[in-house]
Amino acid sequence: MADEVKLFGMWASPYSLRVELALKLKGIPYEYIEEDLSNKSSLLLKYNPVHQKIPVLVHNGKPVAESSVILEYIDEIWRDNPVLPQDPYDRAMARFWAKFIDEKIQPTARNANLAEEKEREQAVEECCQQLKMLENELQGKPFFGGDTMGYLDIAALVIAFWFEVVREVVGLDLITEERFPILCKWIGKLQDIDVINECRPPKEKHVNYVRARYEAAKAAASN
Amino acid sequence: MGEENKVILHGMWASPFSKRVELALKLKGIPFEYVEEDLKNKSAEILHYNPVHKKIPVLVHNGKPIAESLVILEYIDETWKNNPRFLPQDPYKRARVRFWTSFVQQHLFETMFTVVKTDGEAQEKAVKELLEKLQVLEEGIKEFFPDGNICIDSNNVGLLDLVLLSVFGPYNVQEEVLGIKIIDMEKTPLVYSWLRAINQLPLVKESIPPHDKLAAVLKFMRENALKSSSA
Repeated sequence: MADEVKLFGMWASPYSLRVELALKLKGIPYEYIEEDLSNKSSLLLKYNPVHQKIPVLVHNGKPVAESSVILEYIDEIWRDNPVLPQDPYDRAMARFWAKFIDEKIQPTARNANLAEEKEREQAVEECCQQLKMLENELQGKPFFGGDTMGYLDIAALVIAFWFEVVREVVGLDLITEERFPILCKWIGKLQDIDVINECRPPKEKHVNYVRARYEAAKAAASN
Repeated sequence: MGEENKVILHGMWASPFSKRVELALKLKGIPFEYVEEDLKNKSAEILHYNPVHKKIPVLVHNGKPIAESLVILEYIDETWKNNPRFLPQDPYKRARVRFWTSFVQQHLFETMFTVVKTDGEAQEKAVKELLEKLQVLEEGIKEFFPDGNICIDSNNVGLLDLVLLSVFGPYNVQEEVLGIKIIDMEKTPLVYSWLRAINQLPLVKESIPPHDKLAAVLKFMRENALKSSSA
């Protein structure tokens, strides 16, 4: 019986992109269903009643939610082209740094972008220190995963593509060539990878989307 | 043996994150050296082994450090494959355990933290949220205990048990210090029974710090938080 794989996602979500990319890198055929987050489908609510969020992977009718949980699941079911390293210590490191991106870098970047002028310098400095720690993991390797992309590269895509969109909207350049030469080189490599270009958000549409949300966030903060 | 499997845990007696790793090692029968860290005066080792967060717990296995308790727990399960296995074998069941672990850690724990650190209206709001989320957990765990029977022993304790224990194991202490009912036998009977079952395990009973000591720490934490938020 053929596997039936569906992905409920959203075009501008980095978490959705993580799952899509993992499926593509592993050559797993899937059906993609775009969710309108302002009008969530009854299927999404059925498959993820607890959080009502995307991404949700549905494999032969069984739902899996949370992008990090989905990535582990995908790697365990489809053993070819593993996304996580084989060695337990290397796996621990990949998981550690992915958590760091989500729990530290993303919030501090958000603070830096939304900060008032007097707090901005400190917020930027904090974010840059964290980015530097992450960049150190790339020393001597083209990708975080080694010679090819892996779990941490997938998790770090948010830094590669979302930061540059936010830079256009907010005008804050967190990842400069001067300060992060290795990270910039890595981002350059990603931009040449076909499977990534197939599923990353289209630049202009993305900029407009982020601009609208940024403006709404600013307005809410000043109320 | 000897040097081949040297395990050191840098922890702190009152930290739920440290406790879950300590228990995990004991449950698997892994010999380890425990180093109690003074969090007000962090050792050079902690700063060296966890330069990113400078926090405990840190597990050092044959000289290689691992930080973040959930990452450590998965590492332990993947490296020492004897019972208890912290995650089931079936990938879908593993995904369910990871999902609920994430829920307990990111939602219940964070909300509990807010309840401890606030008072007045802010605390009321957090308590309401906490109780709602406990109801969600109550519903969610029915898939793990389909006939309502909770059978936990030292051979089948898992990741979710360890994480739930570390957040709500000392619920008696939490309820006493906060003056709030959190784990209600009537509102969340499964969660209540589940916690009782885990708390009864001999290794757990031995490892839990005395009630008074935990109460003192919780009171201290709460007072500090309330003081600094009103400063």
